[in-house]
Amino acid sequence: MKFVITLLLITLLSFAACIYLPWWSIAIVSFIVSAIINISSVLSFLAGFVAIFSLWLCISYSISIGNGHILAHRIAPLIIKADSPLALALLTGVIGASVAGLGALAGSFVRSRSA
Amino acid sequence: MRILPLLLVVILTSGLIIILDTKILLPAPLGRLLAPQSGIWQNAEKLNENYNADLSFPALKGNATVFLDDRLIPHIFAEQENDAYFIQGYLHAKFRLWQMELQVMSAAGRASEIVGKIAVNHDREFRRLGMVFAAENSLQEMEKSEVIKSSCDAYTAGVNSYIISLTESQLPIEYKLLGYKPELWSNLKTALFLKYMSYDLASAEDDFEMTNAKSFFNASDMALLFPANQDSADPIIPKGTVYPPAGVKVTAPSTFDSSQSSKAVAVEENNKADRANGSNNWAVSGSKTKSGAPILCNDPHLGLNLPSLWYEIQISTPNFNAYGASFPGAPSVIIGFNDSCAFGFTNGGRDVRDYYEIEFKDDTRQEYWFNNRWIKTSFRYEQIKIAGEATISDTVAYTIFGPVMYDKSFSGKRTGGVKNYAVKWTAHAPSNELLVFNMLDHARNYNDYLAAALHLETPGQNCVFADKAGDIAIRAQGNFPAKWEHQGDYIMPGRDSSYMWQGMIPQSEIPYQYNPERGFVSSANQRPTDSAYPYYLGNVYPASRGKIINRKLDSMTMITPQDMMKMQNDNYNIFAEMAMPIFLKHISEDSLSRNEEKYFSLLKSWNLRNDYHSKGATIFVNLFDDFKSLVFDDEYAKAPHPIQTPAESTLLEAVLRDSSFKFLDNINTARKENLEDITLAAFRKTAAHLRSVESEGRLEWGKNKDTHISHLLKIPEFSRLHLPIGGGRNVINATRGDHGPSWRMIVSLTAQTEAYGVYPGGQSGNPGSRFYDNFIDFWVEGKYYPLWMMTKDESGDKRVKWKMRFSKS
Repeated sequence: MKFVITLLLITLLSFAACIYLPWWSIAIVSFIVSAIINISSVLSFLAGFVAIFSLWLCISYSISIGNGHILAHRIAPLIIKADSPLALALLTGVIGASVAGLGALAGSFVRSRSA
Repeated sequence: MRILPLLLVVILTSGLIIILDTKILLPAPLGRLLAPQSGIWQNAEKLNENYNADLSFPALKGNATVFLDDRLIPHIFAEQENDAYFIQGYLHAKFRLWQMELQVMSAAGRASEIVGKIAVNHDREFRRLGMVFAAENSLQEMEKSEVIKSSCDAYTAGVNSYIISLTESQLPIEYKLLGYKPELWSNLKTALFLKYMSYDLASAEDDFEMTNAKSFFNASDMALLFPANQDSADPIIPKGTVYPPAGVKVTAPSTFDSSQSSKAVAVEENNKADRANGSNNWAVSGSKTKSGAPILCNDPHLGLNLPSLWYEIQISTPNFNAYGASFPGAPSVIIGFNDSCAFGFTNGGRDVRDYYEIEFKDDTRQEYWFNNRWIKTSFRYEQIKIAGEATISDTVAYTIFGPVMYDKSFSGKRTGGVKNYAVKWTAHAPSNELLVFNMLDHARNYNDYLAAALHLETPGQNCVFADKAGDIAIRAQGNFPAKWEHQGDYIMPGRDSSYMWQGMIPQSEIPYQYNPERGFVSSANQRPTDSAYPYYLGNVYPASRGKIINRKLDSMTMITPQDMMKMQNDNYNIFAEMAMPIFLKHISEDSLSRNEEKYFSLLKSWNLRNDYHSKGATIFVNLFDDFKSLVFDDEYAKAPHPIQTPAESTLLEAVLRDSSFKFLDNINTARKENLEDITLAAFRKTAAHLRSVESEGRLEWGKNKDTHISHLLKIPEFSRLHLPIGGGRNVINATRGDHGPSWRMIVSLTAQTEAYGVYPGGQSGNPGSRFYDNFIDFWVEGKYYPLWMMTKDESGDKRVKWKMRFSKS
């Protein structure tokens, strides 16, 4: 349950933070949330990773669908050398997820070892 | 707290963020770029994007509405004229901000700020050419005119209102990719944009290469290679026109023929504006059209890029109602029509940029020798900022002639860096070209057109006009120096005033035609007049397109706009028509191998059209190039410096006139080669080369020519490559590799104007928009969109898709 709450909080707060703050505020959000909610370090990392992976994947891929993938077809070959909008959205998710996961992991170390 | 792991992971996280937010390790800041709420995903515009808006700005004086149609063309209806320019600026910025700014940064010699040290030489060249100096001079003149000052102020305010409203996520994608942000716009930037067009259209010269040619060839060879008149020329103003004697008399100094300027200079390479910047325009009078009303046509040939140079627009105010192509970067409609008339341009191509050799007293460049004494130079101190590196400074000396462009510190790869050359260019003079477009947008009749055209100084343009009263007209307009024969073809001595321009050609002596008997006016960058015109016009004018256009218009009657569309897309190669008999007559078929014979029969059966699938066109174009190089390369290889090569039309005319043309002989052989030998050798060379071309599948002309429209950053994914389109040099459809008809327009001036147009691009500069390149396929197919001059009571029309309201706040 705590894992789900962590995951949801990171998702929602990151979305809100990125409206006003630089993209890497997802790391700070993940850090703070996992510093407060007491779950294991592994779960903290997973919560941050899964939260931002799904958030960024969903946002980017839904934007791309609305765009008929026009932009993704132009950008994907540039960045990943493959004409795949989905792969570009997945990469987007993984990049955000890695940063948020590490942020959350760091946050978990603020707490003393959990049960 | 677990300090050690905490520290470790915090460092790890920060490191990852730094890597993903910068280009330190990765070629691009992937995190910043892909972050879906602010990065490039935000540039992926919805297919059903809603452009409706309700906007208010304190700078506006009244209310205005913009109706955006299904092609995203804005139809601006403003109560106040200057509000319309505010909105035009706002829309240019909204749809084309990045290109607008890139063009003026490049014009100002500030490209290094964006792309780094790769552009330093470009920046130095532009600053040394005096681009900012020129723009400042023009701005002063522009701001003296109340009309232009207020329209530019409004335009600038419109651009800036948009820039200020931009959030990070809304930045055009190129800013995100390159990692910089837009500056505010200014009237100077509009002036700089116009100077960029002057550079593009009126800066071409071959003075260094011609100087070297003169030092290498004797006078009679020079006359053969660079004749002042072409036999085949069909000038803009027809042959036989009578001109009054010159109002400005010029005299060449007695030293001219033997002047010291004939000494060679060490040119290393050419890096200049494209000579092929040309265009077609013509107007036919009602006597030749089906409707009985004049039809005006124009297709300016320029470098083809994405985002396009042009932005289509309608501007409607209580004082005027104009539709056409506008320049993102400047107010007004540039090529278009209003409720009374239509107007268009082709490039004049006159030589308005000359060089003078300057003698400085010493390396400080503080003083130079002029009219028997030392004169003080003035200096402009240029600071060139470079992305990621330290700023460099460049001090440019200014003389009575103009800026010293090339000196010891900057050779521009043209001069060897030993001598000093000042550049004299008409674009440095104060002028107010925006007034031309402003007045044309308002013009109601021929006299208004005439009054407008007189303000066009640089770049000199052939301005075509037609109106609903039935008038047609053309003027070879511009502010041109009156020159003695060959003045400025070569570098001139700058030790005194004897080689200076002695005056400008008076506006009353500009060649023009007004309702000529033949029922049409036309221009295609050919010589403006025959040799009866009492001023020297230089020697570099393409003749072919003008000839075929005049031939066609001469024979046409009952013309419809559809006939004109066909004509603008015509691929007939009149140059080949003249040249083919030479090859067919002199190449001996018996001497050809089987492979060569195959290509020769393709050439023989060619229909002289540069169509996409034509193989004959590929053979002919390659053959003529090989022929030209076989004729001249033997002599040119002996020249110590790069020298000017003759025009292909000069070679053709020479061998048509005289089949024993002196340069046919290969000077490296004992034998005296004749036309048979050289044409055969050329054909063999072509055939050998074409074998490999054919094996690559590029024997068809369209594939050989390979027309592409590249994004300004040359990103292939943002470009449209390998377009299936014919055309080429010497053809009305002047579509080459990366250059061609940048806006095709046809306006029939019937009571209810009937107009058509297309440009190879799209209204949005955003590669993530469906409006980025949506006109290109239409343009390739030679099709046209009806240009809708909307009226305010048509706001319910089904073509209107979105509405933007502008009001005073």
